Amino acid sequence: MKRPIRVVVAKAGLDGHDRGAKVVARALRDAGMEVIYTGVHQTPEQVVETALQEDADAIGLSLLSGAHNYIFPRVSELMKEKGLDDVLLFGGGIIPEADWPALARVGVEKVFPPGASLEEITTYVREAVPRKRGAAA
Amino acid sequence: MSASSGVARRLSKQRWLDDVYNAATKKHAERKSRFSTLSDEVIEPLYTADDLEGFDPDRDLGFPGEFPYTRGVQPSMYRGRLWTMRQFAGFGSAEDTNERFHYLLKHGVDGLSVAFDMPTLMGRDSDDPLSRGEVGREGVAVDTLRDMEILFNRIPLDRVTTSMTINGPASIVWAMYIAAAEKRGIPLDRLGGTIQNDALKEYIAQREWIVPVKPAMGLVVDTFRYGSREVPRWNTISISGYHIREAGATALQELAFTLIDGLEYVKWGVAAGLDVNDFVPHLSFFFDVHNDFFEEIAKFRAARRIWAREIERRYHPTNERALLMRTHAQTAGVSLTAQQPYNNVVRVTLQALAAVLGGTQSLHTNSLDETYALPTEEAVTLALRTQQVIAHESGVADTIDPLAGSYYLESLTERMERGFDRYLGEIEKMGGMVEAVDRGFPQREITEASFHFQQQVEEGEKIVVGINKYATSEQTTIPTLAIDTEVERKQIARLAETRKTRDRGRWNESIDALRHAAKRGDELMPRFVECARANASVGEQVLVLKEVFGEYHDPGYF
Repeated sequence: MKRPIRVVVAKAGLDGHDRGAKVVARALRDAGMEVIYTGVHQTPEQVVETALQEDADAIGLSLLSGAHNYIFPRVSELMKEKGLDDVLLFGGGIIPEADWPALARVGVEKVFPPGASLEEITTYVREAVPRKRGAAA
Repeated sequence: MSASSGVARRLSKQRWLDDVYNAATKKHAERKSRFSTLSDEVIEPLYTADDLEGFDPDRDLGFPGEFPYTRGVQPSMYRGRLWTMRQFAGFGSAEDTNERFHYLLKHGVDGLSVAFDMPTLMGRDSDDPLSRGEVGREGVAVDTLRDMEILFNRIPLDRVTTSMTINGPASIVWAMYIAAAEKRGIPLDRLGGTIQNDALKEYIAQREWIVPVKPAMGLVVDTFRYGSREVPRWNTISISGYHIREAGATALQELAFTLIDGLEYVKWGVAAGLDVNDFVPHLSFFFDVHNDFFEEIAKFRAARRIWAREIERRYHPTNERALLMRTHAQTAGVSLTAQQPYNNVVRVTLQALAAVLGGTQSLHTNSLDETYALPTEEAVTLALRTQQVIAHESGVADTIDPLAGSYYLESLTERMERGFDRYLGEIEKMGGMVEAVDRGFPQREITEASFHFQQQVEEGEKIVVGINKYATSEQTTIPTLAIDTEVERKQIARLAETRKTRDRGRWNESIDALRHAAKRGDELMPRFVECARANASVGEQVLVLKEVFGEYHDPGYF
């Protein structure tokens, strides 16, 4: 039997806005995925370590503090160092669209803006995880 | 009201429902099968006197400036003085924010309100590894007294009141403000303002904690003591529902958790030997003001009545000011949408109007661009003008509590009070708010409510214009504020310079004295002021507190 998709929903940096992250975590869980929510104030190192320990298929990073241009690339870099090439990295929060292309270039495959629906996010994760695994295999 | 006329009235509403309303709605169904407030409280088709059974206007409303203050805390309300238009600002460097303060004062704000950046809020210096990428982003960076002096350069601290939104390290940052005023020769009894300093709601909602709950409560009580003695015009706490609401709470949860937090602070203050008549008048409140117009107005009115009744019942203060629930309000950031951003101007207008009709003492109106970034100068000006139009053109400020007596509003106000009683009973059974927070009770209630709301949006039961209805594919581009990445580098350089040039001996002594006082449970505020004078940084002082009191980690409820 195929095991359920495992997702680490993470709050990295000092930002404490966790409403969105928690709602998304809950929605992914209700959609049958296994969700590990890190809690707030994680370092990029801690996030990647959690993904490694939990054998995660995806990391969803939430950030509303404006530090995404530092934190997202840093997480991505650490994922590469740890060999997490088949793990999907996506994000959401207050992230200006102008920053999306640069984030995509460093491996943040999708950014969900405020107003994105839970349905949209769940569907994305369900489809993108197997695609990512396939691509890495 | 005689018993027979009460029966007659009840009969008359029931008669209308049976004969007229039900017949009509059978023929033409209503827009929805169930109407409810934003907080999902059921709304009836019509409110009449029948819905106010047991309501006694003399007892439950009273008059403005009189117990139970439902109609307002001041006798003349906005006829005497309008609410304080206080726009929250802070970004980039202390120089940038100082410039924005001068701009705001020139355009008619009456009070300043400082937004600090995440590292400062979390008690970390700009050169801390965890501060990377965050310096000056969401607010202004303050590491030492030097930054505080630049921030308030050429601002008359004895005439302008300053609100500082900071919690974990509130006493440390307030001490820097005090030290800055002291250096300019301004007597402490001339300083006016507010520090947010609301520890409890950090664990409940905002997550900017530094030490565990109980020592954090001790730090708060310490500021109560110092404030009532040394800085009598200062509000030493702003007990905040804002963040609780933004985290997803309902209006009732916001009201209940905030007031129960307030009662917990009073309990701790009394237990520490403070006199209710001295410190309770310095407690102020801060509420969100969201989209549901009547529900919001009811929330403010109910909050005043509940606070007055609870403080009177528990403590019988001789100083009447201890009964006054004075509040700041801010429009709901969480209600703004990134899509069709100009719609936000309309939302903010309605919310601001509700805050004014609810009788707030001061108000911040959000800017239309805040789902993108910190606001531009133009956007902030429009938000301020919104308040000015309400104040000077709409006429709503010319009579006091104009909606009193509305069957619907009074019924909602009563419902809020009854809902509060239920939460109070539950939380008191747990032993009070500190215990409830330890068990994760308010945290879980909020998480449930926020998920429920999101589901209602997904299912189209709640409409967000431009999101799940009237959405368009076209993009509206609006100008946004960009923060210079140089800010971080310059701020770190300034801190390094301060560390190099400060008097090492005095710094050592001040830090040792702080550690000693924290270990012994002595008063800390005078120690923080001395640390500020010695140019100790926020992070250095917070490290001492963490060393003595320990750290708090997110239990991560979801």
